[in-house]
Amino acid sequence: MSVTFNLEVSIGKLRLKNPIMPASGAFGEDMEEVIDFNRLGAVVPKSITKYPRRGNATPRVCETPAGMINSIGIQSKGLEYYLAKTLPYYTKYETPLISSISADSIDEFAEMAEIIAREEVVKALELNISCPNLKGNGVAFGMDADITHQLIRKVRTVTDKPIIAKLTPNVTRIQDIAIAAEEAGADGLNVANTILAMAIDVHTRKPKIGNVMGGISGPAIKPIIVRMIYQVHQVCKLPIIGCGGVMTGEDAIEMMLAGATAVQVGTANFINPTAMLDILEEIKAYMKTYQIQNITDIIGQVKIDA
Amino acid sequence: MKAVRLQVISNKQVSQRYWHMVVDSSLLGETVMPGQFFHIRCADEYYPFLRRPLSIYRINKREQTLEFLYLVKGLGTKRMTEIAPGAEVDVFGPLGKGFTLHDSWDTILLLARGVGIATLAALAQEAAEKGIRCVAVLSARSRNDLLATETLQGFGAEVYKVTEEEGTSDVEHVREIIHAIMAKNDIKAAYVCGSKRLSLLLKEIVREKRIPAEIALEEHMGCAMGVCFACVCDLQEEEGLRTVRVCREGPVFPLEKVVIP
Repeated sequence: MSVTFNLEVSIGKLRLKNPIMPASGAFGEDMEEVIDFNRLGAVVPKSITKYPRRGNATPRVCETPAGMINSIGIQSKGLEYYLAKTLPYYTKYETPLISSISADSIDEFAEMAEIIAREEVVKALELNISCPNLKGNGVAFGMDADITHQLIRKVRTVTDKPIIAKLTPNVTRIQDIAIAAEEAGADGLNVANTILAMAIDVHTRKPKIGNVMGGISGPAIKPIIVRMIYQVHQVCKLPIIGCGGVMTGEDAIEMMLAGATAVQVGTANFINPTAMLDILEEIKAYMKTYQIQNITDIIGQVKIDA
Repeated sequence: MKAVRLQVISNKQVSQRYWHMVVDSSLLGETVMPGQFFHIRCADEYYPFLRRPLSIYRINKREQTLEFLYLVKGLGTKRMTEIAPGAEVDVFGPLGKGFTLHDSWDTILLLARGVGIATLAALAQEAAEKGIRCVAVLSARSRNDLLATETLQGFGAEVYKVTEEEGTSDVEHVREIIHAIMAKNDIKAAYVCGSKRLSLLLKEIVREKRIPAEIALEEHMGCAMGVCFACVCDLQEEEGLRTVRVCREGPVFPLEKVVIP
């Protein structure tokens, strides 16, 4: 008897055929030669800014044990190019597109969200309120619960499409920010952006990143993100997209057990260009082993002894 | 452009700091051009974590093998030396854009420093196959580092060697050598890899002589497939500065356009 395994998940009214999608900044059109985008749960092009940005000084990446620090600084061609070229490119795929937006002010977030959400191809918005590489010392909107609330509330007034707030892990209590986003009307939360980090070359005594500090990603940070997903899931009803260090299907399952509904894959794509498709197959194998028919059955199902 | 596991035929130390790896490329199924590179997984572990971009040293079409000449510098390349013949190496590529070489050119100039010699060796090989003569100026820290010389001479290249060890590698001396080469030969194009100082020198010379030149850039990379924007450089275009990705629009660029920091 053949059993079908249902991988469908929902983020608000956005239905995904499976929980695997790329993390913004680790995905782009150039990957079409390597993987079939139609097999993904969603596509997430790199964060877009209103005006073109040149990005930060090189070196923009450096390796750490089981991880990578990056400070790209959102090199961007600007909103005009995004609307004219980037979004139309994705219309050939049936996979829903989540548009990642970065802005310098609450008003700019709302202005961009309104323009982008009008596009038919855009099925949801991910608000990057957490990039550590734009302002001094990694300061981001998402570090303050009140600002997060105001920002989401404002964007909520300009669109009915699902809004996902991409949270920063660089806070004392991520739950407070999650609750603020939920109360302001977000449909989902991304937990989380990169963790502010630094590495120094002891021979030259220079920082290994041109911008001095950057955000660390990769398997080194996964336990921290799993902990944050768990904490947010305990206090908040919104669907969570786990993001941080997923390399394998088991890593994705772990995040879902902690409370994630979907999972983003970023740095793993650099190590294994077909990582997202391999992870999907590994998730199916896990479902088969444990006879799980609906992937949603495992969300938040970590067993904690009383 | 795909990640494949290729069998290692040999992997040997060829000088104090350099190793040479030969892989069976019969399963690759793609044409490889000089100047292109592969993004190589040095170990099946999380440290070293990122792949390492290595340019192609030799392309042996008949034997269906590829060769890499690599400088053992850090953790990744150190672990690469531990890959035994018979084992497989995970390579992603070929990636990037290779060199431009016109059949009508009779003589070209190669200017390389250190491991940049490996990148230009593949070009010397293609030039030899097309019947184009190469004159090469190779610069290195020591004579021990100048190991690719024999390969280049094997392709009929006329080779000038300069080293720090012998006090012959300063820019002014290299300038004199290039002027002497240009006085004797009708150089149709020039190529450079491996040194900012030598790239600036060549840029100056080719501007004066009005000949085309290309540079193969080296840069730290993340994805090597154009999505992460880690490896960027600036090109001076007519409409102003344009930031491009070394892995995708390069690693070979017109020398006159590249802003050398």
